[in-house]
Amino acid sequence: MSAEFRLPVGGRIDRAKPVRFTFDGKSYEGFAGDTLASALIANGVHLVGRSFKYHRPRGILTAGSEEPNALVGVGRDEAHYTPNLRATQVEITDGMVAESQNRWPSLAFDVGAVNDGLGRFLPAGFYYKTFMWPAGAWAKFYEPVIRRAAGLGRAPQAADTDRYTQRYAHCEVLVVGAGPAGLAAALAASETGVRVILCDEQAEFGGSLLHERDTVIDGRDAEAWVAEAVATLCSRENVRLLTRTTAFGYYPHNLVGLAERVTDHLAAPGSDLPRERLWQVRAREVVIAAGSIERPLVFPENDRPGVMMAEAARIYANRFGAKPGNRAVVFTASDSAYRAALDLKAAGVEIAAIADLRPDPTGAVVERARADGIRVLPGTSVQGTSGRLRIRSASLGAVVGGATETVPCDLLLMSGGFTPTLSLFSQSRGKMAWDEALEAYVPSVSVERERSVGACRGIYGLAEVLADGHAAGVAAAGKGASDGAARRFTVDAEELGHSGHRGITPHRRDASRVKAFVDFQNDVTAKDVKLATQEGFRSIEHVKRYTTTGMATDQGRTSNINALAIVSDALGKSVPEVGLTTFRPPYTPTTFALFAGQARGELFDPVRTTPIHDWAAEHGAVFEDVGIWKRARYFPEGGEDMHEAVARECRAVRESVGIFDGSTLGKIEVVGRDAAEFMNRMYTNAWAKLEPGRLRYGVMLREDGFVMDDGVVGRMAPDRFHVTTTTGGAPRVLNHMEDYLQTEWPDLEVWLTSTTEQWAVIAVQGPKARQVLEPLVEGIDLSREAMPHMSVRTGHICGVPTRLFRVSFTGELGFEVNVPANYGRAVWDAIFAAGQPHGITPYGTETMHVLRAEKGYIIVGQETDGTNTPDDVGLGWAVGKAKRDFVGKRSLARPQMQRPDRKQMVGLLTSDPATVLEEGAQIVADPNAPLPMKALGHVTSSYASSVVGRSIAIGMVAGGRGRIGETLHVPMPGGAIAVDVVEPVFFDKEGERIHG
Amino acid sequence: MLLITCPYCGPRPELEFRYAGEAHIARPEDPSGVEADPWGEFLYNRTNARGPYAERWRHFHGCGRFFNAIRDTTTDFFLATYKVGEPRPDVPARAVASASTGGAGER
Amino acid sequence: MQKFSGLSLFAKAFSSHKGWEPQWRSPEPKAAYDVVIVGAGGHGLATAYYLAKEHGITNVAVIEKGWLGGGNTGRNTTIIRSNYLFEESAALYDHAVKLWEGLSRDLNYNVMYSPRGVLMLAHNVHDVQSFKRHVHANRIAGVDNEWLSAEECKAFCPPLNIAPGMRYPVLGGALQRRGGTARHDAVAWGYARAASARGVDIIQNCEVTAIRRGPDGAVQGVETSRGFIGAPKIGVVAAGNTSVVMAMAGVRMPLESYPLQALVSEPIKPVFPCVVMSNTIHAYISQSDKGELVIGAGTDAYTSYTQRGGLHIATHTLDAICELFPQFRRMRMLRNWGGIVDVTPDRSPILAKTPVAGLYVNCGWGTGGFKATPGSGNVFAHTIARDEPHPINAPFTIERFRDGVLIDEAAAAAVAH
Repeated sequence: MSAEFRLPVGGRIDRAKPVRFTFDGKSYEGFAGDTLASALIANGVHLVGRSFKYHRPRGILTAGSEEPNALVGVGRDEAHYTPNLRATQVEITDGMVAESQNRWPSLAFDVGAVNDGLGRFLPAGFYYKTFMWPAGAWAKFYEPVIRRAAGLGRAPQAADTDRYTQRYAHCEVLVVGAGPAGLAAALAASETGVRVILCDEQAEFGGSLLHERDTVIDGRDAEAWVAEAVATLCSRENVRLLTRTTAFGYYPHNLVGLAERVTDHLAAPGSDLPRERLWQVRAREVVIAAGSIERPLVFPENDRPGVMMAEAARIYANRFGAKPGNRAVVFTASDSAYRAALDLKAAGVEIAAIADLRPDPTGAVVERARADGIRVLPGTSVQGTSGRLRIRSASLGAVVGGATETVPCDLLLMSGGFTPTLSLFSQSRGKMAWDEALEAYVPSVSVERERSVGACRGIYGLAEVLADGHAAGVAAAGKGASDGAARRFTVDAEELGHSGHRGITPHRRDASRVKAFVDFQNDVTAKDVKLATQEGFRSIEHVKRYTTTGMATDQGRTSNINALAIVSDALGKSVPEVGLTTFRPPYTPTTFALFAGQARGELFDPVRTTPIHDWAAEHGAVFEDVGIWKRARYFPEGGEDMHEAVARECRAVRESVGIFDGSTLGKIEVVGRDAAEFMNRMYTNAWAKLEPGRLRYGVMLREDGFVMDDGVVGRMAPDRFHVTTTTGGAPRVLNHMEDYLQTEWPDLEVWLTSTTEQWAVIAVQGPKARQVLEPLVEGIDLSREAMPHMSVRTGHICGVPTRLFRVSFTGELGFEVNVPANYGRAVWDAIFAAGQPHGITPYGTETMHVLRAEKGYIIVGQETDGTNTPDDVGLGWAVGKAKRDFVGKRSLARPQMQRPDRKQMVGLLTSDPATVLEEGAQIVADPNAPLPMKALGHVTSSYASSVVGRSIAIGMVAGGRGRIGETLHVPMPGGAIAVDVVEPVFFDKEGERIHG
Repeated sequence: MLLITCPYCGPRPELEFRYAGEAHIARPEDPSGVEADPWGEFLYNRTNARGPYAERWRHFHGCGRFFNAIRDTTTDFFLATYKVGEPRPDVPARAVASASTGGAGER
Repeated sequence: MQKFSGLSLFAKAFSSHKGWEPQWRSPEPKAAYDVVIVGAGGHGLATAYYLAKEHGITNVAVIEKGWLGGGNTGRNTTIIRSNYLFEESAALYDHAVKLWEGLSRDLNYNVMYSPRGVLMLAHNVHDVQSFKRHVHANRIAGVDNEWLSAEECKAFCPPLNIAPGMRYPVLGGALQRRGGTARHDAVAWGYARAASARGVDIIQNCEVTAIRRGPDGAVQGVETSRGFIGAPKIGVVAAGNTSVVMAMAGVRMPLESYPLQALVSEPIKPVFPCVVMSNTIHAYISQSDKGELVIGAGTDAYTSYTQRGGLHIATHTLDAICELFPQFRRMRMLRNWGGIVDVTPDRSPILAKTPVAGLYVNCGWGTGGFKATPGSGNVFAHTIARDEPHPINAPFTIERFRDGVLIDEAAAAAVAH
């Protein structure tokens, strides 16, 4: 059985496909093609929501994405629940579960409506004037109450499980909006063969043509014309058509963001489909055919359920076959409402009266209405309305004097004329101008390669709109005016005059006592706007913020111009003098997850792994994130915790041999005639005399003199250096080098190549390192004499070419085996096997940190923090004093960089060897000083050292080197810890082991 | 996302590039001979112009080259891009899309 | 100044609120003032207010090219905290927090300071080390800041995802309980109203076009779109436009101005009890009193005065929000906008005298200026009134860059503000 208010025939719904859904627990039936709003209207349901502040009952105002009132929560379960959806955009599906919002305990009886009665105490901005006493009560008491009352829907309680995808697209012409102007533009542009994308936010193309009854274009009725146009576009391979797709944002250089809703309208979507798809379209030209929005009239009690835009009512009747009421009063300042009245009358709605603000309405459609027996009341306005959950009557009275008449009705249709939709144009930074004739803002000067067509630039007659669209399509496609000769469309449609009204409509009630709504969703009334101007808020931007008009989820689409007119009236300034608020993306609210797309879970950020990664994972490594790298931190055995594992790994390195994956180290090949000169300029060290086959520890500064990176560098040949960097610093260092090379010293003959991915690096460290490697190496003499510490040799290992570094970040005899990355795993396996007789032990970054701390080697980013000179961290020896210049040298010469009280790196020993300081803990001279205490420095590194047999720590301390021997204090919540300041070397102070 | 015309590769999306600050700030030939104030100026002070601004970009995920550009910082439209070492070109005071979004073709 | 209170609101309701006066005067500019402040954002208005209140200098004009509070004051995500690493920074920001605590009553304007707690998430070992260093440094500086485990973070902020399998799992967080939010517009309006009541002239829609200097080099006043306005002391508080204004006096600044974006969701019922920041994966989020999720995005790569940026910047932030708070995936972005932030090389502000006599500058707040508004205005007023900095802002000079005495919060902690 069809719903009570479903018209027997007509509309674009599919009556063969009934759809059942629930709203607030009650089951209803609609048809495929219905929106939630049209289906509810067909069932006689108009009460769908409560307003934000006063909790007033609200109905369905519009039939489009500008809807401020009819917001609902939709979702069959929490993972699919979406709050604040516009019922006018939600397409019903079988089994859909929808609910109203912002009401308790029920929509019909909402306790929050008490605010409505208290309205006089809650004018615009009331919360700025009160809730200040007693101190702190705002956050403790008032704010929680206000917060509970505010908000519209509720957040979903579970994580969304749907998928979202993203695509980039390029085209010559993007047409936004597929009403008559957009269709004509797309047809014309695509005919030239250029790539065209046409999108529209609605479920089907056609826009206003989908609800015309008698309009004929080129001999076909409007719906048939649309069908043919769409068929033509479909047949063209150079055209992409996107329905249910909102152009939400216009970004610089003609990048337009489109949000395509792929599955929300499907009851059982295929699992291969994403819920939504983000399109980032780079268009050579953009044609905006965004249409216009009918403007509400601001009169007392203009917000009751059953008060509806006239054009929306016409849409419900004509397009959806849903009758919005039985008896309507029409209130208008524009011809278009007469057309609506006539259509609704034809649909069986009794038109009680048309109250027209204009003293003398004339024109064809007005005469037709009169001829049809409709009572037309010129110079009349609505003085107020009655009805709690649905309008019951409207009180009509002459604008000038006379009696008022109460007219019973269950529907009030209003029309204040049309406002061109400028959102995207404004986002493109185009300049808008106030058109005196149209009394509307229209696009004036384009900034991007864009053109607006049709109603969104104030062109309303259908023939003109089609011609405008066509011409724009031709021009956007790059065709000159000659071959794009103006196309004429033969149109038979209602001729309408275009007048309207802005701001408060005249009435005889006490303006201070009535609520005449400007912004329906945020409950902003005309008197709120006037109060704001009275209190000195003169710019529209201030009024907007003070009253919140235009800040609701419709971004003021139905309210902005009325608010502007009220401000203009209150200040005695013209509308353009008052200004216009900025339109911001998105055009309509856009799903967070759409932006995130596939960047989710393990795809949130790329994972960078080394050739040894799988081995480490198989051997139980615990990994840490270093940038996007995964690095093995330690390899627990049995039930070891980190400290136990690290202690064991450290002992293995000191006593026998350990193996470590250093592949994440940045590697840069510096090659060319001037390579040594370039290195001289980029690093603090002197490189000219470094012989091929030797290594040197290099320090790199920023131009301001602070340590930027470090690493061991091998001179492979007179014109070739193998540079290593920190793991995180590799891209930064290469960029830094390229910058100087390309822009400061283009005369140097040097080439830089990142080889980080090319080399796997296997560190073999410990007294047995040589014994492990020797059998595997060909063509390299590993002996102490032939290959001393800080040397590099090329040869083969396991049959694979290698650059073998004799280098140590542990203080032990050690090698770093560089092999081509593809062989990394095989060589690692071979070394690991060869090391078995020696108990070779894999170790991770945590162990590496302890081992180097025992030796007092710094880690850039741990000891340094971007404010340290080489000397601060004990690297003064690495600075080539004799060099004429290097990056950072001049800055190091500044007096402040040489002060003796700079923070300097020292060792710290607690008096209790078992006490391990916390990294980041502060160091003070007097632990009993009152707060705020003056910190001398902080602990940068701190570990329990199994090898030293006690805790060790490194710190940065003001004038630290001069304090060696002193006792300082580390204040902790449980009391201060005394520390002795020592040299930052805790193991093998003579450094003999490294030469083993 | 801007569309940037690399002088070596042509128009490419901004994601391929890295910004590198103001252009035409030459490192002194002999920094050691530079006084404290001009050295501080060299290190840190920038024109930060409102309007056409000569700046550097690097086509990081492309040819890797640094190059210079003049962009109107009040519109973000480019007036010109040019190679390192080339003189700053004469450009109009204001940029609009038709002149300079780069690669979008001629209007 | 009309008293704002629940009682006055109640009383005025019975006269249909006809009794409310303009919250600030809109005078014509006088020929000269003792002090001209360039820029009527929160910092500029606060400066004028404290000049009048604490230094008795009421012959002050605040000149604004647009509308008061229309720049970054009205565009930021209103996060307030003071748990900065260096004692200079912590002192400055904590001075502000202390003023925030009494600001509504001081101004007789409810600025809705809400110490809901600011939780900064650590996602890797380096973050943990860095935040613990903050916690220790703050404790001895007398600034509250505490370390929370991942589970404690979850208890403090229930929507937070702490699953260990996340790409960047939450390893813990640093919580400053006194941190929170305030209502940005109210801060500008409250200071404007209170300053105006003390005699300060706020001149809106008046653009400074030049700074006039005398033969001795000292400032004499400003040329504006509404004529010359004389003043022996000029305080430039022009945020993103500081370089442009200072260039009028021939001063080049260590500043670059970048677009910074922010966005809000549609309003929902209370679900998010605090402020959460993740510098590592770039997410900054709180919920406004109105119910919107307020989300800070990053800066674009290039300098710009357009007050907008690229889609990819907002996208990147929403990646992180969806990952940290999966229940918000279906929430929808309502508005996305941009501001212009002036950034110094060490990400700390400049609050100082300049090489030009009579010219003072307050700038370089980067992405974190709102939180400092009361403290900044307070010490800057002192600097202008006494012609010497307050001890709190003494380290924040222009010369620190030349000399290499940076207050490098960003480098020190890998922490954006």
